[in-house]
Amino acid sequence: MSDPIVELRHVSKAFGKIYAVRDVSLAINAREIVSLLGDNGAGKSTLTKIISGVHMPDEGEIFIKGQKLAHWNAARARRTGIETVYQDKALAEHQDVTRNIFMGREITTWLGFLDDRKQREQAEAIMRRIGFTSRVMSVHSTVASLSGGERQGVAIARALFFKADLIILDEPTTALSLTQSQEVLKFVERARQEGAAVLFISHNIFHAHQVADRVVIVDRGSVAAELRKEDLTAVELTELMQDVARGKEILARQNIRANTEALQGEINQASTPAPSDRRYPL
Amino acid sequence: MNISFQNAPQKEQKLSPASARAQGEIPTFLRQHRELVSALVFFVAMMTVFTIASPSVWLNSQSYTAVFVSLPIYIILTVSLVFVVVSSEIDLSFPSVVGVSALVFTELYLGGVNPFFCLVLAILCGGLAGLINGVLVCYVGLSSLVVTLGMNFFWAGFTQVLTNGYGAPLVSLQNTAFHNLFVGQLGLVPVQMFWAALFAVIGMLLFTRHKYGAYVRFVGDNPEAAREMGINVRKVKVVSFIYVGLASGFAGVLAILINNNFYPTTGSGYLLSVLAAIFVGGTPVGGGVGTVAGAVVGAFTVGFIESGIVAAGLTGFWTQLVYGIVIVLSLITHRINRPRHRRVGGW
Repeated sequence: MSDPIVELRHVSKAFGKIYAVRDVSLAINAREIVSLLGDNGAGKSTLTKIISGVHMPDEGEIFIKGQKLAHWNAARARRTGIETVYQDKALAEHQDVTRNIFMGREITTWLGFLDDRKQREQAEAIMRRIGFTSRVMSVHSTVASLSGGERQGVAIARALFFKADLIILDEPTTALSLTQSQEVLKFVERARQEGAAVLFISHNIFHAHQVADRVVIVDRGSVAAELRKEDLTAVELTELMQDVARGKEILARQNIRANTEALQGEINQASTPAPSDRRYPL
Repeated sequence: MNISFQNAPQKEQKLSPASARAQGEIPTFLRQHRELVSALVFFVAMMTVFTIASPSVWLNSQSYTAVFVSLPIYIILTVSLVFVVVSSEIDLSFPSVVGVSALVFTELYLGGVNPFFCLVLAILCGGLAGLINGVLVCYVGLSSLVVTLGMNFFWAGFTQVLTNGYGAPLVSLQNTAFHNLFVGQLGLVPVQMFWAALFAVIGMLLFTRHKYGAYVRFVGDNPEAAREMGINVRKVKVVSFIYVGLASGFAGVLAILINNNFYPTTGSGYLLSVLAAIFVGGTPVGGGVGTVAGAVVGAFTVGFIESGIVAAGLTGFWTQLVYGIVIVLSLITHRINRPRHRRVGGW
């Protein structure tokens, strides 16, 4: 089997004395949809920012398509084909939709001058393609004048525009209506069909379960559980999440311990079952 | 990738370019250039008042020629400073950088160096001062407001110490090709006005059409987003500081050429009027938005105030009072003509 698109090995990141991510190992394979679940402050966003190059981990190694990385930053991540839709959408409010879609990767003609017409045409095409257009919104609209859903559309359009190997969606359905959420989930499936892997972060367990091949639960900076979709239903996943939340002190800790041991070896080959509950394979 | 959205308003497609044109290009232009329009309206209104107060002066082209002698310095400084302000920083050190660049030019020229070469070195010296500002702000992490205030004192003092407060005549430059090329007269218009126009056009192109201008806006608008999208926020800001430095260097040389004399306080009078010109021109303090064209109009507004007051028969004592009125009134104009969704804030 070919190398995973992204592989983290024993990655840690601390802000001050507090570990946001501690000793996490995680691999995302080509054309795989991985859902990342976890409570607020569990380290989901930090983990995504490490993968997307915004944060450099304090410890651990990152492999991109089998290549170990020494210097890692956001520009490089985007060049290697990792696109991120950030939770805060990462949009510049006072600039128009076109400028935002091409932020950091403008189409230029000579001497770095922008090819405004080409950018506008392509922005129009992409916005039409994902269907996040409306009468009041055009590619000339300032982001500040858009609704939450429209902003999400712009952020997704940006990730979609550049053919990516891995698309990270950080809580993409949070601000959306029911229909719009379903569209986003469909988009995830589409992205896979077009050859991209997707890392899907959500608070909505049903969304996470619906799209995923694999579900990874993080708790307080560590991977608490890693399971395949077939192993449990969405309802069971909900129960598991509640267990993690309720029994944080006991259950989660056991899980983490079991996990860190299991993950010492190869990812996905963990043989140690959870000591607490065998229903949830690790 | 054709996702069909049952409920998404795909039928009511957004306006095609053709129908947008049918709605009228001019209103679109006005909407996209609100700040510039406000600044222009304000400038025209002010000049109308001045002309009514003293028609003989403002219907005579010579009055404009007189103003155009020193206006270019305001334009050059204002245009470059827009970039720093839009990147959500501020540079208060440029007046002294003007002075120190003028000193570099004078010392080298009086030392026998070719004036063209002196000019290049003076500009580079300004750029170096800008680089120092940028590094202190972006890499050391100091507040630009405070650190550039400090650098303003530093360079002013530096010039004073080196010159012992003495000026130096540059009469030998008069009527040389170098002098005529930069501050000569072409018909009714002082040549420096063309240099300023060139500088302003380059500034406008950089700001509206170039990647750098787009980056400056992103960085001022949402630095976190810019970083996440792979833009080197610090580098963009440092380049803006260097840009102001280079412009100050050029302005410094123009200033002493106009006077045929170096004086150690060269540049010290520009601080408040140039800052005023930017905000009168419609660039708000919050970062992320701004207009170079508006800033040029702002420089015109500020440049004409003093002559306008004197021509109206008021004493020079009125200047500051009228400055104050003009600045506050123009900010009110911009406030009225602001899109609803724009946030209010900044320093």
